[in-house]
Amino acid sequence: MATFPRHRLAAVALATVGALLATSGCASDDDAAGDGQITLTVDVFGQFGYEQLYQEYMDANPGVKIVERGTGGNLDEYSPKLTQWLAAGKGAGDIVAIEEGLMVEYKANPDNFVNLLDHGAAELKGNFLEWKWNQGLTADGQKLIGLGTDVGGMAMCYRTDLFAKAGLPTERDEVSKLWPTWEEYIAVGERFKAADTGASFLDAATNTFNTIVLQTAGKAQGYHYYDTSNNLVVDSNPAVKQAWDTTMKIIGAGLSGKYGSWSEEWVSAFKQSKFATIACPAWMTGVIEGNAGAEASGKWDIARVPGDGGNWGGSHLAVPAQSKHKEEAIKLAKFLTSPQGQIGAFKVKGPLPSSPQALSDPAIAEATNAYFSGAPIGTIFGEGAKTLQPVYMGPKNQAVRTEVENAVRTVELGQRTPEQGWQDAVNNAKKAAAK
Amino acid sequence: MALQLDARPPTAPTPGRSRLSRAGRLSRIDAKYSPYLYIAPFFVIFAIFGAWPLAYTFWVSLHDWDLLGSNPTFIGADNYTRLLADSDFWHSVVNTLGIFLLSTVPQLLLALWLANLLNRQLRMRTGWRMAVLVPNVTSTAAVAIVFGVLFGREFGMINWLLDLVGIDGIEWKSNRFASWVAISTMVDWRWTGYNALIFLAAMQAIPRDLYEAAAIDGANRARQFWSVTVPLLKPTIIFCVIISTIGGLQLFTEPRLFHSGTNAIRGGPLRESQTMTMYMFENAFAPYYNFGYGSAVAWLLFALIAIVAAINVLIIRRLGSSARPPEAKRKGGFR
Repeated sequence: MATFPRHRLAAVALATVGALLATSGCASDDDAAGDGQITLTVDVFGQFGYEQLYQEYMDANPGVKIVERGTGGNLDEYSPKLTQWLAAGKGAGDIVAIEEGLMVEYKANPDNFVNLLDHGAAELKGNFLEWKWNQGLTADGQKLIGLGTDVGGMAMCYRTDLFAKAGLPTERDEVSKLWPTWEEYIAVGERFKAADTGASFLDAATNTFNTIVLQTAGKAQGYHYYDTSNNLVVDSNPAVKQAWDTTMKIIGAGLSGKYGSWSEEWVSAFKQSKFATIACPAWMTGVIEGNAGAEASGKWDIARVPGDGGNWGGSHLAVPAQSKHKEEAIKLAKFLTSPQGQIGAFKVKGPLPSSPQALSDPAIAEATNAYFSGAPIGTIFGEGAKTLQPVYMGPKNQAVRTEVENAVRTVELGQRTPEQGWQDAVNNAKKAAAK
Repeated sequence: MALQLDARPPTAPTPGRSRLSRAGRLSRIDAKYSPYLYIAPFFVIFAIFGAWPLAYTFWVSLHDWDLLGSNPTFIGADNYTRLLADSDFWHSVVNTLGIFLLSTVPQLLLALWLANLLNRQLRMRTGWRMAVLVPNVTSTAAVAIVFGVLFGREFGMINWLLDLVGIDGIEWKSNRFASWVAISTMVDWRWTGYNALIFLAAMQAIPRDLYEAAAIDGANRARQFWSVTVPLLKPTIIFCVIISTIGGLQLFTEPRLFHSGTNAIRGGPLRESQTMTMYMFENAFAPYYNFGYGSAVAWLLFALIAIVAAINVLIIRRLGSSARPPEAKRKGGFR
């Protein structure tokens, strides 16, 4: 039987191919912990300050284990990942954080998420500032994608040690009086620069630009790059041009350290005390503390933002439709975004609540931050939050904002004149919006 | 081999006609089809991981396909026509080719030279040979991040060293040529040793008597290298060039992690070092999520690699024939 062994060989080969097909075809899904416990995954970026809340929730619900992913990460890296998970129908956490600038894009495809209105969220409306609630709502008002977490009330963070070195006042109320407007902020910057401390006055013009444009737009029509009918108005909206011109004055005065925001260099510049002020939405305090480290504790303080008011950033929590534990996830999301949850997060990492009840709570109103020389963060950020004018964000907001800020960056680095930069901003924004 | 075996007439007669013919039939089927089964694993894997994604990407590239949207619409070659008129795309093509040339040419020359050195009688030869491969075992991401810091504008070590010798700091990340140089440096740092080892292995297969004969004819070391070593390494050089071409044109991790912070995917404020793969990512994922357009970029990248690989082969053939020993040339002339 000379042929027999070869049949066997053929069978082995067939089995091998089969096995290969099998292994390449499927990956096993196995997140059931076995003992009736379920694991809820929460995807975030930056610092949401939920650690203690998770513990509290897990103690009250022994059947639930909570895992957070992405803590401290960059929004630029987080959002493409989230989009891929949603597109693949797999991989996203049971709860995902969505930043306000990207909310519009996710809302355009609401089927990727659980409609929270179907799960008794309507009664929570009063727990949120009205505009924050509306941000989570689809255009037709029929679906609620996300529950608000924080808002980005504005302030100006500054280094008291560098201010003292430059012979400027260091006490926060006096500093606030130095710069009611951005023009005066620039004038202070020039004084600071003349003192030659070895540090720049501000970190990078891009963040400052974004602060100014959100302020001017909020005070004017309530929109910046897109009008409320979703037309791109970068070139015709006076609020954008006004913010651009102010930023160009800052760059022209040589006040920027040109540390590209969120880059390694930016982080190093924090550590090495290379700049004296930074535009500071409420959530930025956690970032500063993380970047500058313990050794800079007590050297930072917080003053009012020039130009007054404004909102930058803030997020929502959503439950992807692909979650295997939707009911549990919705319950947790409601807990985390409740007034008490928002207060708890604020205490840990400082994101400013989007709930009016939380904002009025003494825990917020009287809160101080030891890292920032005991600054009364609750009043500084909370004051404006309840009355602030939100800015509408259109469909390709993120892409357009990228182009405009990038144009600021090229001027800051001396690659473009302010006029060329503005042309780039307008042209590239149009191109981005058309993509 | 299997066919040969079966060409033999059936040996020892087996009891029962039906069983015999059944065995015969089975053996014929076996002879005919089992070879295909043996080579099937490669083709199955290639079909799953090679052909299918290639075809699917092409299919996607013919659509207006929002990554999150549910209903992609067929738009034919629209993505391609738009792409061919997209200045940012061509900018990324130039970047890719620039970085490719800046990294591959010195890399392969250096590898050849290193291999030649390592092929000589050296003390601790094995140690040296292993040492050149060490950079290759480090993770690309780690290399890119470390180099990204070294090439920092204000806090980078390179600019600090330049400053020591009185040269003004260079904007490594926002000057187009400087960023190409920086990225090429890390590619070379990582891959030179790897190519050197491949060259070395090929060199050791060259018979020693060729060198002895050349030495008797009065050829010095350099002459031996160019007239004996290089021509005989031709297949290996072609291999290395093609592998480097594929790697070089797909460059992503190094330039992506070289930049950090907001919009790192652009490779600098004016897209100074944005490669084609980065442009593909920017369009297919954040911030555009235009999967169709990104897929079109992927297909043009595929076309570009094919073209560059063909050009490479032609150039190497030309080089190889001109570097042949004189007699060979003369013979060629008579043909």
